[in-house]
Amino acid sequence: MEQLLLPAIDWLAVLPVGLTSILGLVLLALGLFVDDDETLGWITLIGLAVTAVATACLAGQKSITFNGTFALDAYALFFDLLFLVAGIVVVLMSMTYLEGTGIPSGDYYGLLAFAIAGMIVMASATDLIVVFLGLEIMSISVYVLAGAWRTQLRSNEAAMKYFLLGAFATGFLLYGIALVYGATGAFRLDRIATAVGDTPNRTMLIAGVAMLIIAFGFKVAAVPFHMWTPDVYEGAPTTVTALMAVAVKAAGFAAFVRVFLHGFGGLHADWSMLLWVIAALTMTVGNVLALAQRNVKRMLAYSSIAHAGYILVALVASGAAGGTAALFYLLVYSFMTLGAFGVVAALGSVGEPNETLDDYAGIGFRRPLLGVTMTIFMLSLTGIPPLAGFAGKFYVFTAAIREGYYVLAVIGVLNSAISSAYYVRVLIAMYLTPGAEEHGRVARQPYLLTSIVVSAVMTVVVGVFPALWMQLARFGFLSL
Amino acid sequence: MHGAHATTEAVILHSQALWLIPFLPLVGFLIAACAVNAPRLVKVTSPLAVLAAFAVALSSVATLLGAPEGARVSQTAYTWMAAGSFHADVAFRLDALSAVMALFVTGVGLLIHVYSIGYMGHDESCARFFAYLNLFMFAMLLLVLGDNLLVLFVGWEGVGLCSYLLIGFWYENDDNAAAGKKAFIVNRIGDMAFVLGLFLLAWSLAPAAGGALDLDFAHIEAHAASLNPGTATVIALLLLVGATGKSAQIPLYVWLPDAMAGPTPVSALIHAATMVTAGIYMIARLNVVFALSPAAMQVVAVLGAMTALFAATIALVQTDIKKVLAYSTVSQLGFMVLALGVGAFATAVFHVMTHAFFKALLFLGAGSVIHGMSGEQDVRKMGGLRTKMPVTFWTFLIGTLAIAGAPGLAGFFSKDEILYHTWAAGHPWLWLVATITATLTAFYMFRLVFLTFFGELKADHDVAHHVHESPPVMTIPLVILAVLSIVGGWVGLPEHWLWGNRFGHFLAPVTGHPHLAEGGMLGEGALMLIATTLAIAGAGLAYVFYLRLPGLPMVLSWRLKGAYDLLLNKYWIDEFYDAVIVAPYVRLSTCLWKVADQELIDGFVNGLAGAVGANGDLWRHAQSGNVQHYALAFLGGAVAVLAYYVIG
Repeated sequence: MEQLLLPAIDWLAVLPVGLTSILGLVLLALGLFVDDDETLGWITLIGLAVTAVATACLAGQKSITFNGTFALDAYALFFDLLFLVAGIVVVLMSMTYLEGTGIPSGDYYGLLAFAIAGMIVMASATDLIVVFLGLEIMSISVYVLAGAWRTQLRSNEAAMKYFLLGAFATGFLLYGIALVYGATGAFRLDRIATAVGDTPNRTMLIAGVAMLIIAFGFKVAAVPFHMWTPDVYEGAPTTVTALMAVAVKAAGFAAFVRVFLHGFGGLHADWSMLLWVIAALTMTVGNVLALAQRNVKRMLAYSSIAHAGYILVALVASGAAGGTAALFYLLVYSFMTLGAFGVVAALGSVGEPNETLDDYAGIGFRRPLLGVTMTIFMLSLTGIPPLAGFAGKFYVFTAAIREGYYVLAVIGVLNSAISSAYYVRVLIAMYLTPGAEEHGRVARQPYLLTSIVVSAVMTVVVGVFPALWMQLARFGFLSL
Repeated sequence: MHGAHATTEAVILHSQALWLIPFLPLVGFLIAACAVNAPRLVKVTSPLAVLAAFAVALSSVATLLGAPEGARVSQTAYTWMAAGSFHADVAFRLDALSAVMALFVTGVGLLIHVYSIGYMGHDESCARFFAYLNLFMFAMLLLVLGDNLLVLFVGWEGVGLCSYLLIGFWYENDDNAAAGKKAFIVNRIGDMAFVLGLFLLAWSLAPAAGGALDLDFAHIEAHAASLNPGTATVIALLLLVGATGKSAQIPLYVWLPDAMAGPTPVSALIHAATMVTAGIYMIARLNVVFALSPAAMQVVAVLGAMTALFAATIALVQTDIKKVLAYSTVSQLGFMVLALGVGAFATAVFHVMTHAFFKALLFLGAGSVIHGMSGEQDVRKMGGLRTKMPVTFWTFLIGTLAIAGAPGLAGFFSKDEILYHTWAAGHPWLWLVATITATLTAFYMFRLVFLTFFGELKADHDVAHHVHESPPVMTIPLVILAVLSIVGGWVGLPEHWLWGNRFGHFLAPVTGHPHLAEGGMLGEGALMLIATTLAIAGAGLAYVFYLRLPGLPMVLSWRLKGAYDLLLNKYWIDEFYDAVIVAPYVRLSTCLWKVADQELIDGFVNGLAGAVGANGDLWRHAQSGNVQHYALAFLGGAVAVLAYYVIG
């Protein structure tokens, strides 16, 4: 029997999660007194930026704390920075988007900070219980955020669906953790990794692994656990959708990759075939169904499902190449997706979502900046070089072929060809369809446009100079 | 089939200026993009950017010509992607092959930019037009100057994008947008095969290269010999599918005729002279890989010959002046692919170059006619323009003579070299097909000339009244291209004639020397005589049909109604693709979404609800309608996952 010892706390390791949590508390409190949405936005922005800088300063540190359940390593830092930067972009979007929606900024930004805190815990967790803790901190905040626009029916509906199904998935996660514990006697990933080889209770272990695949599959929106995604993404406020599509998905993968490639690395033969099938399904279903959509926001939801499929390909490939490719793809995917949802947000206004392809007619000439940036995002999502999406797909499929998953790589490339059909439809609407005449003036959207331009610049820069970013991803993965 | 490459260490000249060739047009694009509201400025800066690129290309080629045979100029800008054993640089190379491509792309590009000042000058979106055109030049030059397959691929995708933007340039017309979309998607199908071929090539070469994954051309050349024939065949066929997309061959040629919806200078530059030759360039560039697989080469040759004949027959009856030229382009590209297939890589590139001259000339001439006819494109409404548009007429006639293979003109030498190599490589049947095609070419081109420039003008009074010769800014490029269409072929005379085949020797270090069986009973001269006689016959037949007995075509089209309709409707290929590929796919997608994602689960749930009976209310009471269906689907997935492990 182990004695219950209070572990020594490594304050550096919890600096990122600590700062974001404090930011969340401060925002909740300030929300009571400060009425100005813009001020609260700036405070969030500065808070997240400071946290990001502090996190970046931790580069090179490596320690495991809290009795080996919480890691400070390059892997965690890579994801922390990704969450924080995504958070900053989402806050920029929100500073324009929230105007006139009646969403209380204090609560909104506070929950956003807590969601990011939860994600950071997930990326650092080296223990299944801590993974669960992070997942719940994140999820509960996001359930509320999805329904933040209380006066909008579809926002309420989105929150309700997400919550109900999320709770369902949580059940699977906990059951899975319990089974794995039953089989290996451990929650800690390093202990699980050593125990999986000679557990007497293999069936229980495998059942646990399957449960975890289901739970993570839900969080990253893999087929067949994807059905909530289009409804929830469409209904939630667009800024929250961007957060879900990017940061929540990335957090899901952060835990997924660490648990499976580290904890269950020895069981690769057991789970890789299942993930193979899920990856193929996810890519195909996402892409084929995206084609049937006329609502751009919903189309992007299916597109995000398809992209989860590409990342799963990297996970199936595993090894240094696969792991690195997964991290790199998440980075690439984040910017292009954030930008695309940013454009969706920019074209809508309170009461007029303007989300169908018809609403995009002629936008390329009426709003040239949105036209050009959306072109960049759509082409990058299609995987056209030299944009970031191409480099991402290139590394993923390279990793798959390197490990001998030729068929999966071919399915991926085929899917990427299918996807061009629906991404190009957006371009056709924007540039090749005559639009309605300009009516009324366009509202000024300085923050939102900044976030879109930042995403576009990153999409181009990462595509043209991918080596540096790939190095970061590699660094991150190899620190596992 | 294919000789050894110069095995001696190649001389590499390092240059700091090579990157300027593609990037100067990019600067032009950025200026045009920022100054969309200042068309007068853009009309100067855009052609200037291409002129500057042309100048740098000239000086770089001069350096290359001064160096020993087989030398190349190279520049590595920076490391693009690297991961483990994988490595790709952003690097440029100028060897004999890319020198030829770069020179005519910038040269012809420059002429077309100048012509566009006149042709597009009055269009309100003329700055946007020049922006796209400059962007296209950037991508095309990246394609031909890239030192590895990945840089080539960036250009490859870039030219596709610009092509699509330019096809749909006049987007007010729905058809144009559809044509742009078709071009994009058809090309993506080709690109997918291309990417797969590229991956497979890199992986198959790795064992011989100590595990290094590299797509440098030098690397590919050095290790290609290690490929086993089966792998080489698969790679070559995948790359070929990529080429059939970009270079409009069977089965992916369908986008090119529709692409004529774009402004005419675009048809000249992109859909005739440059972009569509990208597939030919790519195969010529990777000739070492193709040469390893006789089976793949056979496929290439047959595909090329079939496309050439097939497209030429369609061109016989089309009535839109640009459509005729479009099918003619598909047919001529078929000639080039045939040349590749019989191992005459340098000859294919030779025809790429001469074709760029005369086809650009023909398209610009057609543009000049359309301009003079106030937008009319139907040849049945033209006629007698010879006197009203003399410069256009004479230059168009020279272009026609060149493409028909009139002795001494550019097309004569390159086309006859293809016919000769086809015969000499032991493909008498393909030679026959190509010779028949050449005859048809002479027929449909002269048909075009007779209908357009001879006889009576059949336009209505208003149009007829306005017919005028185009301004000098348009006719001067026509004259220059006409001169090139005459003398452009003189660099590649048959061996033993005067200075011989300088062009072939220049390219030999890159493309190798084709081994030729002896010409047998028929020497090159005899083959030439046959082809020329038949071409004259074709032209003569057109003369009879369209000048002497103008009623005859009508009678024939009645007598041979079936065949005529088949050709007029382009063998119903578009309808076939629509019915067999497009429609089922769209149905599948909608079906999956509607049925699988919604109704199937609804039905399942409702069935279950019935079974559960009393609990049915529970299902129906859900407020949004289907969250519980989703949960059920989730559960179904979970059961499937668990079952996989229990059973498996």
